[in-house]
Amino acid sequence: MELILAGTIGILTACGVWLVLRPRTFEVAMGLSLLAYAVNLFIFSIGSLSIAQEPIIAPGRPADLLHYTDPMPQALVLTAIVISFATTALFLVLLLVSRGLSDTDHVDGEEER
Amino acid sequence: MDASDWHLIVVPVLLPLVTAAFMLLVGDARRTLNGWLNVASTAASLVVAVALMARVHLQGTSAVGVYLPANWQVPFGIVLVADRLSALMLVLTAVIATSSVLFAVARWHRAGVYFHPLFQLQLMGVNGAFLTGDLFNLFVFFEVMLAASYGLLLHGSGRRRVHAGLHYLAVNLLASSLFLIGVAMMYGITGTLNMADMARKIPTIPDLDRNLLHAGAAILAIAFLIKAAVWPLNFWLAPAYRAAAAPVGALFAILTKVGVYAVLRLWTLLLSTEAGESALFGADALVWGGFATVTFATLGLLASLEVRRLAAYSIILSSGTLLAVVGFGQPPLIGAALYYLLGSTLAASALFLVGDLIERARTGAAAEAPIRVEDADRLPFYLERMDLGEDTNLDDDARALIGRAIPAAMAFLGLSFMLCALLIAGLPPLSGFLAKFAMLSLVLDGAAAPVSSEGWTLLFLLLASGLTAMIAMSRAGVRSFWTPSERPAPRLRAIECIPIAALLVACVGLAVLADSVLAYANAAADGVLRPRPYIESVMSATPVPASGTRPAQGVTR
Repeated sequence: MELILAGTIGILTACGVWLVLRPRTFEVAMGLSLLAYAVNLFIFSIGSLSIAQEPIIAPGRPADLLHYTDPMPQALVLTAIVISFATTALFLVLLLVSRGLSDTDHVDGEEER
Repeated sequence: MDASDWHLIVVPVLLPLVTAAFMLLVGDARRTLNGWLNVASTAASLVVAVALMARVHLQGTSAVGVYLPANWQVPFGIVLVADRLSALMLVLTAVIATSSVLFAVARWHRAGVYFHPLFQLQLMGVNGAFLTGDLFNLFVFFEVMLAASYGLLLHGSGRRRVHAGLHYLAVNLLASSLFLIGVAMMYGITGTLNMADMARKIPTIPDLDRNLLHAGAAILAIAFLIKAAVWPLNFWLAPAYRAAAAPVGALFAILTKVGVYAVLRLWTLLLSTEAGESALFGADALVWGGFATVTFATLGLLASLEVRRLAAYSIILSSGTLLAVVGFGQPPLIGAALYYLLGSTLAASALFLVGDLIERARTGAAAEAPIRVEDADRLPFYLERMDLGEDTNLDDDARALIGRAIPAAMAFLGLSFMLCALLIAGLPPLSGFLAKFAMLSLVLDGAAAPVSSEGWTLLFLLLASGLTAMIAMSRAGVRSFWTPSERPAPRLRAIECIPIAALLVACVGLAVLADSVLAYANAAADGVLRPRPYIESVMSATPVPASGTRPAQGVTR
């Protein structure tokens, strides 16, 4: 499981970085969202990787991390998702405004000469 | 320490939030009412910040106020901490915000929608970032601050702002991703997000995790350094700040300082001299990064002719100097750096406002119109462009000068510009000179230890950047004030002059009261570099017992 998760994060990050470095605004937007996914998965994996473990304390089970998954990264990832979602939406708005103002989807607002 | 009587700490965060919500209820159409609400709220936050600073300072040696917003046991709940450094930054923010908003009420707030709520949310983010004692909470306040700054940067719209905003947004989204990765790594290693708790645990982490810790700290630092505009991560700053509306640019002068503050706070707290093997990890990177930034800013100053572009590069210059000096990691030196921070931030902020008025005086009411790029950025400055008419005298014929009164508005603008130039270049008698003198005399104090090569480089760069700043500012001054213009003297409104005057009077005040301000700054630097009282105060804060409250439960690792 560690290998699959690490590979996924790595591929997402690589694709994200490549897209962010592209000259088209839409590709940059896609790259930023892929990077956000990679970061969210990374945060999620930082607590502990476990299957079928709850983050909420139940009566009758000893309260340590052997019997539960760490709830903190899950809370963090929730916040991170919301924030990256909102800022990506704002980026899309700006992308459209820039397209409307300059009639090109180049990130600099003008084609390279 | 009882956390119950420190309700004052949460006010700088809550007041802007409540004001912004109330403004949304009032509606954006009643802009004048919103404007005066904004002025009242920022003035109130100035009062609160000063009260907080006085209270923290007079508390004695530990001088740390701790507040538990959710009333949870310390490592588990969010904690707000006010020490001398945070209080100082709060006061600086409030001073700059009050003058920016007064300036905006004159005309700029009509250039777009929702200026005032965004302005208040920006203040909330900045104040929260200065106060929080929790790493993830710091991320949240950073995002509040950035989200509001995206909106403010686009205030007034226009092609230039949209493109600068697009780059600004992309760069900051990347920085936020790095921030999150850094936070996650630090949490993974130490198992806590509370900064004081983390500082307590870092000396005891196993050697196997040490490299991971350094990687996490470095990634976190890069996120802050992007915000603090260190070279080579600062190419977004000058176009964005130049394109922003003048009061927004003036407020943005504090944003890079949030980055510098975060570096200073976390570096000295987590990797302090007591952090075992990790002590002062990355000091060289800070010093040399700062030097590179100062060099870049110096070249940028030389290459710019517009006043507001000069202001943007002076911000980079200021944060480069700060980072380099912080990297030396000595308490009195950092005290002098904090004193420099105050003066340079106020001056850059004033220069944005002055630059807007000068631009309007030169180009008429075109401030709201799209800026003509070809006119603004032409280099170099040709004599032919001065448009020598018949009544101009560049020779010794004084005929046309005699009896031509200098209009009061131009005199005010010229004088303010001159003061800003003195402050940024660091010439006597204002605070810029005192700050540079204090820093250099401490660096070159050879009694304790021989002056290092970093010390000599700092000396050279500070003097060279001061000289080039003076050249660049004089050139812009000549271009703005001494070239003939067919336009009549501008009509300035008192409400536009008061904020500029207030900022400059504050700078003069810094120079007059240099002794006590430096003493305070030294105490703040001492509190930052010897974090033991900070850590102990935070860790010993206890929730307020109340009827029906369960004791906090938590899972420790």
